[in-house]
Amino acid sequence: MASIDYQKLHEDQLTLVVTGRLDAETTGRLWSEAARKVTETKPKVLIVEAGGVEYCDGAGVALLLQLKHSQEESGGQIQIKGLRPQFEQLMVLFDPGRTDKSEQEDASLASSIENVGQLTFRLLQDVRLQVSFIGELSVKLVRALTHPGNLRWRDTLVIAEKSGANAVGITALLGFLIGLILAFQSTVAMRKFGAEIFVADLVTISLFRELGPLLTAFILASRSGSAFAAELGTMKINEEIDALTTMGLDPVRFLVVPRVIAAVLVMPLLTMFNNFFGLIGCGLVMISVGFAPAAVLNQIREAAFLGDLFGGLVKTLVFGTLIAGIGCLRGLQTGTGASAVGDSATRAVVSGIIAIVIADGVFAVVFFLLGI
Amino acid sequence: MDVDTEPIIRVDDLTVAYGDNVILEDVNFEVKPGEIFVILGGSGCGKSTLLKHMISLHEPAKGHIFIDGMDIVAAEGSERLEILRRIGVMYQQGALFGSMNLLDNICLVLEEFTDLSRDAMEMIALMKLNIVGLADAAHKMPSELSGGMKKRAAIARAMALDPKILFLDEPSAGLDPITSAQVDELILKLSENLTMTFVIVTHELPSIFTVADRVVMLDKNAKTIIATGKPDELRDKSDNPWVRQFFNRQADAETPES
Repeated sequence: MASIDYQKLHEDQLTLVVTGRLDAETTGRLWSEAARKVTETKPKVLIVEAGGVEYCDGAGVALLLQLKHSQEESGGQIQIKGLRPQFEQLMVLFDPGRTDKSEQEDASLASSIENVGQLTFRLLQDVRLQVSFIGELSVKLVRALTHPGNLRWRDTLVIAEKSGANAVGITALLGFLIGLILAFQSTVAMRKFGAEIFVADLVTISLFRELGPLLTAFILASRSGSAFAAELGTMKINEEIDALTTMGLDPVRFLVVPRVIAAVLVMPLLTMFNNFFGLIGCGLVMISVGFAPAAVLNQIREAAFLGDLFGGLVKTLVFGTLIAGIGCLRGLQTGTGASAVGDSATRAVVSGIIAIVIADGVFAVVFFLLGI
Repeated sequence: MDVDTEPIIRVDDLTVAYGDNVILEDVNFEVKPGEIFVILGGSGCGKSTLLKHMISLHEPAKGHIFIDGMDIVAAEGSERLEILRRIGVMYQQGALFGSMNLLDNICLVLEEFTDLSRDAMEMIALMKLNIVGLADAAHKMPSELSGGMKKRAAIARAMALDPKILFLDEPSAGLDPITSAQVDELILKLSENLTMTFVIVTHELPSIFTVADRVVMLDKNAKTIIATGKPDELRDKSDNPWVRQFFNRQADAETPES
């Protein structure tokens, strides 16, 4: 055990008598006690009678150093008396000097303005990086398409399998459920007008034009966009990207182009699956509310225009490029440390989804102007 | 330092295996308090594996390891925690938490094991960083540090709870000779001033000759200790020619992987 006694002989002098073991367990209590007493009395001379200290580890030394520094800071004096030589030696060895806390805690207006400035600068830098990356990627994509022999087809197909074939189940399930839910909700509303048969038109058009491409893009962004970012991020941390560069292999051509092409290839196919199963879900609801299967099929066939379908599929090509491109860019931007890969994956999904929605808005305007 | 006192670490008949693959068999040695004890051997001989068993990361196939009189193999719950409080470990790559600055890396363990106030913890963390020469880098992130600084910061973190024993895994690996010498100096300084016991795994000969009080040498083929003693004695007087060759850095040593 350790204890601390106080003696105030006259106005300017406080004596602390410290006895016992000063270790991590006992120092915690003494620390606040001693700090309080010193702050209350503000002695000009603080005398620490440490002759009774039997043991002193890092925490004990920290307490003595803290008393020393706080006295020095307030312009007072300190005398540590009777401390065993080995503990005195530890004090000299460990003393980090006074830390200037005022500098660290100066989170004033100036530093907030600086933060805003830095944040804006980083944002603009990021935009610039993305634009230049899109430029670089476009050039290399065109080159890959004009010289298909140079493309790493084996890698591309493996990636296409992982992002496409392996995602068929989840895409079909989600498509089915969305078709089912959409049809069910619309039936309730359409019933008021006696127009339940037009639920097939509503579901078909929304799936073909908007929901199919968007849902599939969200699935691809969360499954594959994050995977691309994590994979490339880990490669960056392991210096594999640097190795590629020094071997004369361009990381964008070698890693990004196959992923983008794979994503662009699988997106329309996955969207078709999504649409198909969405229509099945819709059909099931309509049959369950009493329509004949032939009537439902006929209504869907009449509602489904090739223009809507292909309009949606064209969008998926752009979505695929955005998801894979952004996923790879975030991966290549990965910093250092274990959390950096996680951050890259998160940023890949978030930026991917934002980019998809913005692109979808642009498509809506363009299609409207073109009268599609 | 009184070398006649009870050993602070005792390894008894230790057999280490991964499944059926036996790495080390019947390993016996003792480490005295205050000693700088080096485990060395060629690549793949089980040095780091032995260290991982000594710090209770892996369970041995057979045998016991006593740390400060307590069997770390059998210890569970609070007894195991008590042993872990008495040891500090520096991993080969530092293993600093990348999301925290150096001060927080050290404060983390203090937060978990003590009731100290934040001020007290920061003071202790700064002291530990000061002793390894990194007080100025307290607010830096591990990613901003060089390899040598990371190793020193890892030593500071390992010392957070004033352990009796510090285990260092390859403290000089991957460092330039000057930085490596600085790490060696730090080990000597800590050993001299804080009377800590060091168990160091390394195969860097200059470091061994600078810091080691005693070494044990492991061998991949023998799967056990093939030599124990002071480095100078082993270099000059060992009965085992391979040991002498190892210490003399002779490339024609017969044992593979040397």
